[in-house]
Amino acid sequence: MIALSDFLIVAAILFSLSVAGIFLNRKNIIILLMCIELMLLAVNLNFIAFSYFAGDAAGQVFVFFILTVAAAEAAIGLAILVVLFRNLSTINVDALNRLKG
Amino acid sequence: MIMEKILFYCFAGILLFAATMVITVRNPVRAALFLVLAFFTSAAIWLMLEAEFLAISLVLVYVGAVLVLFLFVVMMLDIDTSALKEGFTRYLPLGLLVAVLIVLELIAVLGAANFGLDQVPAPVASDESNTKMLGRLLYTVYVYPFEIASVILTVAIVAAITLTLRPHKRKTQDPAQQVKVRSKDRVRLIKMASEKRQDGKGKP
Repeated sequence: MIALSDFLIVAAILFSLSVAGIFLNRKNIIILLMCIELMLLAVNLNFIAFSYFAGDAAGQVFVFFILTVAAAEAAIGLAILVVLFRNLSTINVDALNRLKG
Repeated sequence: MIMEKILFYCFAGILLFAATMVITVRNPVRAALFLVLAFFTSAAIWLMLEAEFLAISLVLVYVGAVLVLFLFVVMMLDIDTSALKEGFTRYLPLGLLVAVLIVLELIAVLGAANFGLDQVPAPVASDESNTKMLGRLLYTVYVYPFEIASVILTVAIVAAITLTLRPHKRKTQDPAQQVKVRSKDRVRLIKMASEKRQDGKGKP
């Protein structure tokens, strides 16, 4: 039988992989957004594992809301990305210095 | 039991492999495709945890809509990937160090000593449908958050459309202008003398 700790450790490794991804791809906004999606996925896996082992469906409801908010976040983030590319012709994070003053 | 364990380790391995590829591949299109693989595999893991409704909705909503949106945007933009990859090797040691530290700390907390089968035994499978259980919770206890979620989605639609719309380049009709127009604005009658034909044939 698979223990709760196995699921939690898989989620932990997934989360730290996406943290490493944010470090490595710090110039590319698209990959940064993908890393945030992976982080949310790891958190969702934690929620579902705890929900299953605790026998409480509230964790699954939380995952439902996280999915909703993450979909909204991805839609708005990609819209901002498109506008950014239209104005700057690049998605390099270093080019985002208009507000520097 | 053994079969379940083998399946779990297969899925976990594919999931972590796909996540590693997402953060290391050079091409954003490939990264998006590996993200699809990661989401698909984690949907399989969610199925093992008896969260059937969420697993299916992850595939339908996430793989079907959000990641296709990602792919669409990645392919629509003409991205110079070489400039975006600089600094990759420079930050590799730091990123790996932070990642390994996070993994070690989390394993120390979440390991089998605290959350193993001795501490948290697996529950007996319930015979109630997962969708029915979730729906009953969503429409009774969590009905107010559920409505807020729908408002959030509406706001996201409005925000995404207004951000990407370019109104000044569109051909639009203004009903007020159309109603206000008079015939003298459109047709101009001018008086002029009649002209003779150049070649002289026929009547003028």
